[in-house]
This record gives sequence, structure tokens and C-alpha cells, in this order.
Amino acid sequence: MYELVAPRDVFGSTLVEIGKVNEGLFVVNADLSAATKTDKFRAVFEDRFINVGISEQNMVGVAAGLARVGFIPVMSTFACFAPGRCYDQIRQSIAYTNLNVKIASTHPGLAVGVDGATHQSLDDLALMRALPNMTVLAPSDQVQTRKAVLKAVEYEGPVYLRIGRMECPVFFGEEMEFEIGKAYILREGADVSLIAHGSMVGVIYEAAQILAEKGIQARVIDMPTLKPLDREAIIQAAQETKAIVTAEDHFLYGGLYSAVCEVVAGLALVRGVAVRDRFGESGTPAELYKKYGLTAENVVEEVFHALH
Amino acid sequence: MNESTVAQLKKTALQVRLDCINIQRLVGSGHLGGSLSAVELLVYLYFYRMRIDPQRPWAEERDIFILSKGHASLGYYSVLARRGFFPVDELKTYRQINSRLQGHTQMDSAPGIECSSGSLGQGLSFGLGMALGYKKRGLPNLVYVMVGDGELQEGQIWEAIILQSRLCLDNLILIIDQNHLQLDDYVRNVVGDENYLERFRTFGFHAIGVDGHDFLGIDRAFREARPGWANVVIADTVKGKGISFMENQIAWHAKKLNAEEYEAALAELKREEVSLCMN
Repeated sequence: MYELVAPRDVFGSTLVEIGKVNEGLFVVNADLSAATKTDKFRAVFEDRFINVGISEQNMVGVAAGLARVGFIPVMSTFACFAPGRCYDQIRQSIAYTNLNVKIASTHPGLAVGVDGATHQSLDDLALMRALPNMTVLAPSDQVQTRKAVLKAVEYEGPVYLRIGRMECPVFFGEEMEFEIGKAYILREGADVSLIAHGSMVGVIYEAAQILAEKGIQARVIDMPTLKPLDREAIIQAAQETKAIVTAEDHFLYGGLYSAVCEVVAGLALVRGVAVRDRFGESGTPAELYKKYGLTAENVVEEVFHALH
Repeated sequence: MNESTVAQLKKTALQVRLDCINIQRLVGSGHLGGSLSAVELLVYLYFYRMRIDPQRPWAEERDIFILSKGHASLGYYSVLARRGFFPVDELKTYRQINSRLQGHTQMDSAPGIECSSGSLGQGLSFGLGMALGYKKRGLPNLVYVMVGDGELQEGQIWEAIILQSRLCLDNLILIIDQNHLQLDDYVRNVVGDENYLERFRTFGFHAIGVDGHDFLGIDRAFREARPGWANVVIADTVKGKGISFMENQIAWHAKKLNAEEYEAALAELKREEVSLCMN
């Protein structure tokens, strides 16, 4: 029903699109430009592109310095390396200084697949959400990803962007307006609210269809901004439906589940579908989602736990 | 640099040392050892070399100084205050609640503070980003980055050194305040050889050694920086410089002055003041 494409594929071309109209855009890369698709930007704007070498901590400082002299740097690597490898550098040189750097990381979560646990960033949202001054985005489909990249560059201040690599359904039309801090309701329902970001939006959408066959109407909420949260959408979900189930390709701790619980503590029952306090392993994304409990069936199961 | 300039810089350096002990005694904390080793280098940069205007601290054409060894904030803030970036009286708020003068530097918290540091090893990468940006924009600003010799143990520094050895950004001068001590021990006991001149040359740098307390030598060293090269000034310094019982003493990394020590330090600096005035 929906076309399947990887959000990552639109990242490089969006940077080129911005580069044509914004002379301040500078892309900083640590030897992964082919994988993060920033090589597309290098091909057009070589003078505003640097490969700092395999040195992510250094990349953070270089990006921060470029921002200090007025450029808008987009630094890009895998999520396991930024923020994973350079949390302290991001904390001190980007968040504490409140510099206008965009950390755009691809390859998040178990969706990385066969590369295994070292490359599966399951804690990046927890790390970035904890930092003052940091805006945290995890768009779902290709359209939303493009719009999120445009907005992140337009926004003044540090932004962490989690860009999916797994093929996902495209839910949004080109006319969609992306706003930082806004949730998007993809399906209405009064029984339960399902909330997800990134690759798991497709999973909760599928779960909602399974639930509908069983007579349960689910509200499906795409939550592409983890910080600042759309508190209103979450509180409405808590008040208007009987329970909330979150789903994410991230550890249960510190990501969307935590964020939603922080908003509705005492107000609603929340259950979370996420990776439960263990590292991933090699496998195809589909195999891993099944083994680690990130499928539509897992979401359905949590809904039943919540409602009964 | 003429003799009267040297005499003036020496007086300023002495004033900064007096500020350091006065403020540390007043507020009860602060890193004296690593502040005192860097005094001449900082005074040279801020009172002689850099193109800066304290009345326009964020002027686009200013030169930039990055204090990567953020724990030397005590001496650094004194230099900024004496140069006119903020009132000298404000030094009394150092490390106190609601102060602009944080224990370790916070970028822009007060005029003149160009980076946030404290977690070591980050200043060179930041300086390289700025220097690269200035080059890309065709601007003549110069960037100075000061790193401690203990700080050279941080891996990120070497990531940045590798990058600079490729980029050769000659609008950046790296300065090593080589005071030979770190928090726990002498640098040589922690990492062995201290042959940084050789190491930097191996990395393709134009490395210049200098006595970091000699203004004439410091000036010569900075003038030796080569266009088109990655330049580093490796300043041989004494941790705790200027106060005999602190010099080369591990204990004085961040030790608090008691009343007796304060009086002894003050007496030494006052004697130095008298001798400077007589010359």
C-alpha cells in the first residue's frame, strides 16, 4: 500500500538542495560520506565539505568552530559514533556553548542489522535528550526526513537528527509541513494511543490495522520531535484514549517511552515496546525486530496488556 | 619588542600573579599551578600580540585565543580583566554562585571568553574549525590555542594534530604550556619521554621551542611561525612559576592557600615588584 524507501537516501540530496540557497551550509564528515550520503554534497560543493578523517571527537570540535565563525555545519556519521563516541565533546563544545551545529546521524538502532551490536545505537536519544539546549529529531519517512533536515538547518541552535537507514513506508505527502515539537496523528482511534518515531512508525501503523480487525481502534501518533516534546498531544492521548503504548528502535530507558512517562506520570497507563536492557547482534533488520520484540505483534500484545 | 615593552609586560605578569593568589585566597579554590605557568604567554598574547579590542569584544576582525586547558581560568580571567574585558573587581566573584566567571571557562559568559573548556583535549579541534572557517571566508583573523602538556595525553588532541598536519592552517598557532606536571605526578612519570619538539616535527609541524617565561624569546618564537605550515610553539614553563614553594610541586595543582602560605607568596611577589620598579 505504501512505497518502501530509506529516509537516509533523501538526506544527501536535501543537503545539496539547501546548499544551493544557503551559502553558510558546511558539511563535516568523518570518513563515512558514502554511507551517510553526504558524498552527494561533496560532489557539488567541495569547498564547503571536509572529511576530518576517522576522528569523531575531533569532528565535533571542528563543526563547533565552524559554527562559531558563522557557518551552519552539518556533521554526519553513524549514531553509534555521534553521539555514541563523542558525548562529552557534544556536551561541552556544542550543547554548553549552544552553537549552531546539526548532528545528523544515520544508521540508528537495530535497523542497522548485520553490522552487529557495536554499530547499533540504542542510546543516542537518551544521551541527546539529556542535554540542555539540544533539540532532538527522529523523523519517520522520507518526506518527513527531508522536511526535518530543512527545518533543522533553518532553526538556530544545536540539533540532533536521527536519520533512518531502513526502508520504511512513506506516510506523508510533499505538502506536509514539518514543525519542530509537533506530533502527527496518522490514524484516529479512541481505544488506545500508539506513539512511535522513525522506523517504528510503520510498525505501529501495521499494529493499528491488526487491532482494528480485533475491534480495537488505535490512534497512531508519529512523534518526530523527542525534544521539545509535544506535551499537548501526549496529554490528549492520555485523556482521550484508555492507554498509551510507545514503540521505538532504542533502549527502553531514556527514549520515547521515558519521555512520554515523564509527561503523563500518574495520568495514564503507558507501556513501551523497545529494546529491553540488552545489546543487539548481527541479523537482518526484520530478524532483529522479531527477536528483540519490535514487531506489530509485539505492539498488539502490549495493547492487550494495557487494556486488560 | 623593546626593553620598555618587556618591562611593562613583566609588571603586568606580576599583577596577574598577585591577582591569582589574592583571588584564590579570597574564594578558596582555583588552579594556581597551571595558571602561573601560563602567565607570560597569556600576557604576551593579550597585551602585545593579538588584535583585540576589549571595547568591541565580539568584533568580527578580532584574533581568537582558545584556552583548551580550562582549569587555568584563574590566571586567564585575571588577564582578561586587566586587559579591560570586564572589571577587575569582578574577579572576586570567581567560582561563586551567579558569577560570569565559572570554575572552568564558559564561552561568552563574560566578554573575551572564546570557548567552553574544562574537559580537556577539545580546544584544538574547535580552533581548527574556526581557522578553517576564517580561511574559507577569506578573513585574516588569527587563532591561538593553548594546550597543556598533560592535556596532550587526550586522544582527541592527536586526532586534531593529524588533521592540522594535513590542512596546515597557518592562521592558527598551537601553544603547548609545557610545565612538566599534571594532577597526580610529573608528566615523565605518567607517559615517559617529553620530546614534543621531535614528535610535532614527525607530524609535519614547524615546531618552535622557547622558554615560556622570557618575553623576548616568546616574541621571537611567535615571529618564527611559517606561512603555509602547521605551527606549534612549545613553551618550556614552570608549574607554579613565581612563587618559590609552589614551583614544580605536584601539590600545587589546585591546592588552597592557607593564611601563612598566602603571606609568604604575597611577600615574594611584593619583593619582585620592588625589584621590577627599581630596574
